[in-house]
Amino acid sequence: MVKEIERAGFPVVQMCNLIPVAKTVGSNRIVPTISIPYPLGDPGTSKEEQWKLRYHRTKVALESLATDIEEQTVFRV
Amino acid sequence: MKKAILYINQFFGQIGGEEKAGMEPVIHEGHVGPAMQFAKEINAEITHTIICGDNFMGSNTEEAVSRIMEMLEGKEIDLFLAGPAFQAGRYGVACGTICKAVKEKLGIPVVTSMNVENPGVEMFKKEMYVLKGGHSAAKMRADVKAMAKVANKILAGEEVGSAEEYGYFARGIRRQVWREDGIPASERMIDMLVKKLNGQPFQTELPIPKIDRVPIAPAIKELGKARIALLNTGGIVPVDNPDRIQSASATRWGRYDVSNSDDLKGGEYKTIHAGFDPAAADADPDVITPIDALRKLEQEGVYGSLHPYFYTTVGTGTTEAEAQRMAKEIIPYLQGDHVDGVIMVST
Repeated sequence: MVKEIERAGFPVVQMCNLIPVAKTVGSNRIVPTISIPYPLGDPGTSKEEQWKLRYHRTKVALESLATDIEEQTVFRV
Repeated sequence: MKKAILYINQFFGQIGGEEKAGMEPVIHEGHVGPAMQFAKEINAEITHTIICGDNFMGSNTEEAVSRIMEMLEGKEIDLFLAGPAFQAGRYGVACGTICKAVKEKLGIPVVTSMNVENPGVEMFKKEMYVLKGGHSAAKMRADVKAMAKVANKILAGEEVGSAEEYGYFARGIRRQVWREDGIPASERMIDMLVKKLNGQPFQTELPIPKIDRVPIAPAIKELGKARIALLNTGGIVPVDNPDRIQSASATRWGRYDVSNSDDLKGGEYKTIHAGFDPAAADADPDVITPIDALRKLEQEGVYGSLHPYFYTTVGTGTTEAEAQRMAKEIIPYLQGDHVDGVIMVST
């Protein structure tokens, strides 16, 4: 899906846990998440911690869309 | 008798489904699950079965691998088997990951099996024998047999035949063989050329693998003015799932209006994804579709505005062809609203 969206000309960032899969499939902008069932907030942590993590990673994802890249890039979180 | 060890996930290890996918690796003496069938087919004793949760392997890969390596230490092993993994993506990647580690660190031959749609195929087929497996566990018997055929060749110290003959994914290794027909390359080449010139079909002897890469889309110039859309393959839908999106092997997608929403609440939205434990996302859908964070970032002016809808499908078991079609159906909505960039959260 990411590839089709990018083919249509949209910069697109994939937020996911299985980075090697995203790389193999051909996503160009990748932001890591923390797990499969809860990518953006571990229910074992406090609400505040979950919010901080989610806010931070979503912000990184937004900024990645405004970052020029030359090759497939996994953004640091 | 030669000795083999089998790796399987929590499901085939009969520990449990998605709620157990986080389980840490364990090793059992003897046969669990598919090991029993392997034992019938394979010319080796299956001494142990290793079971590990798919999510544990996916999210804590280094730790999972190093723990399994410790379990294998000092054991007599002639062959390492993993799977079959069918179309289960995380399981396939897990099988490939552990096989690769065993092969590289212990120098033991490895064999696994996956369906062509499994992302593990592209990742690992060059490094090991990955048999062409079925879609689902209904093909267990056939897939185990196919793995055993290759495994028995290896155990006998014989050379495994071609990918075509043995049913594994071609590994990109070229070997010289004597052709039965004895026709030299020069003649075969001219024959192909003549066919090509006449517009007739011909079979190349050197297929070039097609890698479908998409050119990187240019970055957004002014993020502060950009319109952003949120998509997910984690199955977040209104609780009544109005578009009846399937929980696996999805062919449908939906879009849901969040123009008046600052936060997705449990009880109003939930996940219908069958590939992971839904508890966390049902309690707080924002852990997959971060509408709360996106609203805050919008207020702070980090980006311009949020497209009024978020888009959902389910990624587990969904074929690439269906995913491609669904994306193509979504794109016009993004274009129509002048979206500048897209966030896709995948589980």
